[in-house]
Amino acid sequence: MSKYECVCGYVYDPANGDPDNGIAPGTAFENLPGDWVCPICGAAKDNFEKMD
Amino acid sequence: MYKPIEIADGIYSVGCRDWDIRDFHGYSTYEGTTYNAFLVLGEKNILIDTVKEKFGDELISNISRIIDPQKIDIVISNHTEMDHSGAIPKVLQTIGKDKPLYCSKMGAKNLKSHFNRDFNFKVVGSGDELKVGNRTISFLETRMLHWPDSMFTYLVEGGILFSSDAFGQHYAGDKFFDDEIGDEIIPHARKYYANILLHFSPRVQALLKDVTKMNLKLNMICPDHGIIWRDNPSKIIDCYDKWSKQEPTKKVVVIFDSMWDSTTKMARAITSGIESEDVHVRLMNTRKWHRSDIMTEIIDAGAIAVGSPTLNNSIFPVIADVMTYIKGLRPQNKIAAAFGSYGWSGEAVNILNKEFAEMKLDIIDEGVKVQYVPDENDLNRCFDLGVKIAKTLKERLA
Ligand SMILES: Cc1cc2nc3c(=O)[nH]c(=O)nc-3n(C[C@H](O)[C@H](O)[C@H](O)COP(=O)(O)O)c2cc1C
Ligand SMILES: [Fe+2]
Ligand SMILES: [Fe+2]
Ligand SMILES: [Zn+2]
Repeated sequence: MSKYECVCGYVYDPANGDPDNGIAPGTAFENLPGDWVCPICGAAKDNFEKMD
Repeated sequence: MYKPIEIADGIYSVGCRDWDIRDFHGYSTYEGTTYNAFLVLGEKNILIDTVKEKFGDELISNISRIIDPQKIDIVISNHTEMDHSGAIPKVLQTIGKDKPLYCSKMGAKNLKSHFNRDFNFKVVGSGDELKVGNRTISFLETRMLHWPDSMFTYLVEGGILFSSDAFGQHYAGDKFFDDEIGDEIIPHARKYYANILLHFSPRVQALLKDVTKMNLKLNMICPDHGIIWRDNPSKIIDCYDKWSKQEPTKKVVVIFDSMWDSTTKMARAITSGIESEDVHVRLMNTRKWHRSDIMTEIIDAGAIAVGSPTLNNSIFPVIADVMTYIKGLRPQNKIAAAFGSYGWSGEAVNILNKEFAEMKLDIIDEGVKVQYVPDENDLNRCFDLGVKIAKTLKERLA
């Protein structure tokens, strides 16, 4: 599963998920709900870029 | 016209002063502002940042007093916001449209979507260096301080940091340096921090730690607004450290609005209660104080009390304006209480409490509601609320 980087520099790591916002560890970026936003800057999912 | 001044050997401040601006994207600027841009001469000539579009001609004319603008080889954009990028197209049109434009990865994206065109971007990131003759220019990305594109440019020889909006102040005057203006500038820097950077305080803390670790020599900090810190750059660094820690002090800000002055009377009684406990207080009527000035008072307060009458089953619109603004800037470590007069349904206090909860402020009282005009007993309840706020705050600070 890939990590994704937000415009603000936050990195979504599927291994960690986003437990503060109800996202369990192991959740792929693609499977995040459509209304999930960056926990740092509030940007929507389409602002994220896949990291290599 | 702005007299270009040589701030260090071969480095000129060539930006523009905007003496007239009083509303900077919703931030009150009683003393105008400046858009600082810097010309670095050497084997290659470099322009760091530009100005608002409408000052483009003035920028070019300022540069012309030092060198022929066409001799600029490189433009660096530390930040895409239009007060600094607005004149980039004009500059490139003057110096040669294919001259390299250095910026961060997000800078390249954002400049494209501001001007809806491409540029000859040279994308740089933290740690990248550009060597030109005897000058070494290094870059440090500072994402979200305060936009995704924000970065710092650092001149290694001389230890000069071009810090974009960080460490800036909205102040236009005939003073250019900290030693010329003294501590008079600090309230302007504080207002800038409170209104532009407060919600990014955790990132400011992280940046200050990184900069300390990097052991950067900082002889001069050149922000894109206001005066340059050359006499004592550590002063503004220390201020940023203090402001970003958001440590509460023995001070309460009472914020209110009112239609028929019942909530005003309540606000004044609460203020008296706070004062009776020897705690500092500011009473701020939202139709007399600009939201950005209220925000500046809040940063070092340990508590806020907010009062609103009920209007059409809601809070007063000017209070909603100020609350929305405060909420976005995410003040931390504060206690809060609400109050307000109402007629029949009285939703305002509950709405304010809900807002406080969402802001993660510590609500220390359910709040005081008074139907119509407060009587003596009601005013005593308000006084007591003021005492309770002050006492709770003192206990927390003890
Ligand atoms: C102080 C400030 C804060 C901003 N905060 C955000 C933000 O939190 N999220 C966002 O998407 N854009 C934010 N922006 C970017 C603006 O929404 C963007 O510049 C927009 O194009 C401005 O539109 P306007 O020209 O109609 O004012 C912010 C801009 C400024 C000046
Ligand atoms: Fe900015
Ligand atoms: Fe700016
Ligand atoms: Zn983000």
